[in-house]
Amino acid sequence: MEYNNIITHPKFIKEGKTVAFSDEIMAKVQSLIRRYPDGQQKSALLPVLHIAQEELGGFLSVDVMDYVASLLGIQPIEVYEVATFYSMFYLDKMGKYVIEVCRTGPCAISGGEQILAHLQDVLEIKPGETTSDGIFSLKEVECLGSCGTGPVMQVNTEYYEKLTPGKVDKLLEDLREYVNRDKQGDSSWAENFC
Amino acid sequence: MGRKLLLANIDVPGIRGFDAYRAHGGYAAVEKALRGMSVSEVSAEVNRSGLRGRGGAGFPTGLKWSFLDRKSDKPRYLVCNADESEPGTFKDRYLMHHLPHLLIEGLIISSYALGVNTCYIYIRGEFKYIVGILERAIREAHQHGFLGENILGTGFSLNIYVHPGAGAYICGEETALLESLEGKRGNPRIKPPFPAFKGLYGCPTVVNNVETLATVVPIINMGGDEYARIGRGKSTGTKLISASGNINNPGVFEIEMGLPVEDFIYAPEYCGGIANEKYLKAVIPGGSSVPILPADLMLNTAKGEKRLMTYESLADGDFVSGTMLGSGGFIVYDEDQCIVRNTLNLTHFYRHESCGQCSPCREGTSWMEKVLYRLEHGEGKMSDIDLLVRVAKNIEGNTICPLGDAAAWPVASAIRHFRGEFEYHVKHPEVVKNVHHGALKIEKESLIPDSGTGVNYW
Repeated sequence: MEYNNIITHPKFIKEGKTVAFSDEIMAKVQSLIRRYPDGQQKSALLPVLHIAQEELGGFLSVDVMDYVASLLGIQPIEVYEVATFYSMFYLDKMGKYVIEVCRTGPCAISGGEQILAHLQDVLEIKPGETTSDGIFSLKEVECLGSCGTGPVMQVNTEYYEKLTPGKVDKLLEDLREYVNRDKQGDSSWAENFC
Repeated sequence: MGRKLLLANIDVPGIRGFDAYRAHGGYAAVEKALRGMSVSEVSAEVNRSGLRGRGGAGFPTGLKWSFLDRKSDKPRYLVCNADESEPGTFKDRYLMHHLPHLLIEGLIISSYALGVNTCYIYIRGEFKYIVGILERAIREAHQHGFLGENILGTGFSLNIYVHPGAGAYICGEETALLESLEGKRGNPRIKPPFPAFKGLYGCPTVVNNVETLATVVPIINMGGDEYARIGRGKSTGTKLISASGNINNPGVFEIEMGLPVEDFIYAPEYCGGIANEKYLKAVIPGGSSVPILPADLMLNTAKGEKRLMTYESLADGDFVSGTMLGSGGFIVYDEDQCIVRNTLNLTHFYRHESCGQCSPCREGTSWMEKVLYRLEHGEGKMSDIDLLVRVAKNIEGNTICPLGDAAAWPVASAIRHFRGEFEYHVKHPEVVKNVHHGALKIEKESLIPDSGTGVNYW
């Protein structure tokens, strides 16, 4: 049965592109799969999806999810159901930098709300939106485990703590600078696994 | 100042690396256990220490280990729960960031005691930078012969792998964590069977918190009896407390169990008192899921005794006038904070993080959030307060995993201790609509269930 044709989700994007990891990344992925017992290669799904999201366009299109399914020898639906469950996997195109501001209890007390309001003013977007130049996406997230150093936000995978509106402005400026110089801001998922 | 067992060397330069860690007594416990102690002797020390799970439930670690099915011919697994996502809790992150080798050392000794040859550290995906720190520590331990085949020539072999999650609070629940580790949605499993019999891949599995496993190191170094002498009663040893909120020194502190709560809040070496010279209003002492207590009940029990930082003292009075030590996420609220608004904020969190498997939790959290929203925005009715109590009661105990309880308790306890504040919101809608009371705010749009984790099934 053709699962691809009957499973759909209002947010899924199918680009009809052929996607594939580079040889170097593929070697990493294969070594990740070998960390799990024979026949349990599905266990590598979350780590591989992290790498896929980062390497293959910044979000999980149907093409990318189907590719990951084929790598792990599982049905596409097994990838879809996971991709729609975890909040770190994006189904939509995101900006180059995804800014996620913690809104939960302790951060809210220490000024998280003001940081979010400031970002909305400066970027002129609401949570869930992306700036028209495609550089920044803004999101609210739940507790980032940084309650003693709030307010906190995560930009892609980097933490920025004890924020003030001034620090946020400086950071946005630096990130724009990075984009202009086409420099990578942080380490990649694949690099993190030895 | 209390004794430091976990964080004793936290200020040593380079302690994150193998050399400095080793030079300060690191891996001595591995040598002691693997070379000089039998498997059952290691377990016996942990038993004698009285160590209780540091992730929140406080279940005796030695007892949990003893449940592991040793008769099965399947491989056994040890899984380290590093999915620290409970609001107010950031001790494991601190520990892994600064002392990764302490965790690795604890994992080696625990795996030896449990007869485990493969160990996974399930870490929340947001902590990606710590994945790199742990992987590096694992590589160093391999290079120095403390991991891999035939460790220290004892014939014991162990591999440790780091496995990232991807943003789901529910995966801190041990069976949801195992599902997630198997590459599935983090839906908790029905127990029994317990992981000790059917855990990862259906094999016998022990799941322990980061701090619990790290604590095995000082226990082996000093002996279980010596460890049990620290603390008070059944709350032995030291505990990491992550303090946040309106205090002068937020951060992670290692305390000896039995420290009076008042000292913890006001002593300069700990929280250092309430910020901006305000008054203490309330505390959530064990992560956002445990009941909130007003200042008077937090400092003294209903019987008038000094409240101490122990499992028993914090629970004194049960839920009528007590709370729980939980994970040690100590959130302090000053006089300016609005309890209704804070409860709405936390309920929003639980609604978002509910996996959606059980109706009472999926529907109940969403319902409570909507009722709290209208109370907070001056649109509530008096009957809403009892409605909240009723909904919370119907969630509690009626779900597969304890997240249902975790969502119900903050609401129930806020109304139990601060009912007047909820009534004020009903009686004075014009005030709550116009006055910015406290710092927490929820936008109405956010009430619509979003995609990802939670209620939006397709």
